[in-house]
Amino acid sequence: MAKETLKTPEAIDVDGEAKPSPELPDADLCRELLERMALIRRFEEEAGRQYQRAKAGGFLHLAIGEEATIVGTTAAMRDDDYLIGTYRTHGHALARGTAPERVMAELFGRVDGTSGGRGGSMHIFDADRRFMGGYGIVGGNLPLAAGLALASDYRGEDTVTVCMFGDGASNTGNFGETMNLAALWRLPVVFLLENNLYGMGTSVERHSAVTDFSRKAEGMGVPGVRADGMDVLAMRETVAEHIRLAREERQPTMVEAFTYRYHGHSAADPEVYREKEEVEEWRRRDPIETFARRLVDEGAIEQDEVDELRQRVEKRVKDAVEFADASPEPELDSLYDHLYVLGDQVPGWYAVDERTPEPHPGEDEREHSRGEVQRLAEAGAAYGGQSPVRTKPTSEPSGVEDEDGESPTGEENGE
Amino acid sequence: MREALRDALAEEMRSDGDVFVIGEDVGVFQGAFKVTEGLLDEFGEKRVRDTPISENTIVGTGVGAAMGGLRPVVELMTVNFSLLAFDQIINHMAAIPYMFAGQARVPMVIRMPGGGGHQLGPTHSHSFEAMYLQVPGMLVACPSTPADGKALLKAAIRDDNPVVFVEHETLYGVRGDVPENGEPIRFGEAAIRREGGDVTIVGVLRMAHVAEQAAKTLANEHSVDAEVIDPRTLRPLDLDTILASVRKTNRCVVVEEGWPHGGVGANLAALLQEQAFDHLDAPIQRVTGADVPMPYSKRLEQSAIPHPEHVVSAALATTEGTVN
Repeated sequence: MAKETLKTPEAIDVDGEAKPSPELPDADLCRELLERMALIRRFEEEAGRQYQRAKAGGFLHLAIGEEATIVGTTAAMRDDDYLIGTYRTHGHALARGTAPERVMAELFGRVDGTSGGRGGSMHIFDADRRFMGGYGIVGGNLPLAAGLALASDYRGEDTVTVCMFGDGASNTGNFGETMNLAALWRLPVVFLLENNLYGMGTSVERHSAVTDFSRKAEGMGVPGVRADGMDVLAMRETVAEHIRLAREERQPTMVEAFTYRYHGHSAADPEVYREKEEVEEWRRRDPIETFARRLVDEGAIEQDEVDELRQRVEKRVKDAVEFADASPEPELDSLYDHLYVLGDQVPGWYAVDERTPEPHPGEDEREHSRGEVQRLAEAGAAYGGQSPVRTKPTSEPSGVEDEDGESPTGEENGE
Repeated sequence: MREALRDALAEEMRSDGDVFVIGEDVGVFQGAFKVTEGLLDEFGEKRVRDTPISENTIVGTGVGAAMGGLRPVVELMTVNFSLLAFDQIINHMAAIPYMFAGQARVPMVIRMPGGGGHQLGPTHSHSFEAMYLQVPGMLVACPSTPADGKALLKAAIRDDNPVVFVEHETLYGVRGDVPENGEPIRFGEAAIRREGGDVTIVGVLRMAHVAEQAAKTLANEHSVDAEVIDPRTLRPLDLDTILASVRKTNRCVVVEEGWPHGGVGANLAALLQEQAFDHLDAPIQRVTGADVPMPYSKRLEQSAIPHPEHVVSAALATTEGTVN
């Protein structure tokens, strides 16, 4: 197979010409931006390590290299604005202020995770911070963003929705549908395309006929600009202006952020589709190192402060791992919790489960009887009605043990 | 039926400002099947929103709006078109409350008409209630009478869970009494359309009417006294009522317009044999639509849809040699 064209920062034309980075804002904000980026970097590195140790399962998509795009964007948002993202959003939640402990616990599948262990790495959510979710379906979050923006518009609120998605999502049907609808209805939304040059392992010029993504939605009524996604200040400045357009002029727009992920698409990516030199080139423009150096060079902060900040971040991530490790696994009898909003029509999960005619208690009133736990565990996902004969799961998921150290099937755990 | 559904929409929109209608041609065109006729005049463009032809985004916009605190009622022009929105319906609408551990609610309704009888061919007239019934996280309604249509739609709009609301294209013209009080009826309560002691016939959507017609023939010509049950909602399903009936009649026929494999009847037969095995005197019979994409030709289309005669013979098969 032919080698890909080498893509380096110099080969990337940002907005036609090289723009100077914006002036430094006040020192407190600079420190804040740097610390947020450093926290994401350190968190992601640690997440990768914990994944290798099998503490986190499933897929793991790291945003290392993309920190300036994330933090520059959220720094331009108000607390009551909505943010919605993709399956690569540990950092987005952290940037919105979600505790690293809770994100790490979600990766570990524990009860204190952002979704109580139901969502995992790809489905982080924090309603309190209006982080409206990570989503595992490429492009699946685009219509949801239109809906959130519609809700703001409908209520006469001036909140804005920022919808972040990758270059790959621009090829989905949702992209065209949602751009058109947002422009047609003048919804207060900013589409932020995180162009990291690859849709999984397929480079932009191999997956998109139009590689200037800032213009890809123009024909659907959503104009766009390119921004340097490796420069946190450039991102913040650009996104702030586009949020203003959405908030004040009801003009949905696209910001294409040029960025790069240093690691593979997911932890299971051997990276045969790109050259090591390309990654090295981008690393030389590292968003965190570059910004830290500039802050020190321009006298905004001392090198000591940078070192202290790194130590703080180190400790926060270490605490997050300890917290996640100590957080319990979800109770087996919570399996059906949150499936339905319980009320008059749906008094308990069994009410919509045809497997038994007997009324069953819902999550609020359920008695935590051991017998029930046992029965659920024995049945796995397929509780077989009233018959006493049940199919035992062929293999017990690891970590499912009762206090006696035995698996709930009564057999020795295979670990 | 059409007017009953419209009244339900209008009444709920009057009483709750967060309820709005969104879909293709629901406003200026007044609805492909005229269910939303007049709503644009009363409620204006903000609350009766014509959309582009973008099913997945229409549903997804509804999901997002519901997460943002509104109560959207989405209209999809046919159940076949809902397949274009399967991603948003299953991966998002149904999954979001669960996968985010209750941090977000999705109180919305998707109305969609389906079913054969109008010669609309293989892309406009299928029956997918069995597919939707399979998905955890949402409720599924299948009203067959104007009274149920109105009361269930009101209940669907008021519920905090996402609801797939399946209508039948040939039932829009059906007439029937609708209670004045305008009260919703609870999901999960089946209606016994006719009482009888010899065989239980469960009919879904238009097949509830077909089952009633079959029951008359069974009584008049075969001295078989059939009990006819319309489940009205498939999730939650009122299995108690069906089980009580089967324990009385010891026989059961399930009638649906959808395909046989993995259908509503297949599911119900499994549940009944699990929970009423000792009460059954005959194998459960299924009467379903033919296992083909819906053909256009009137003759072929009608042959692909269950008729009362099919139900009669299925019921007689369960009672052969045992009744009278």
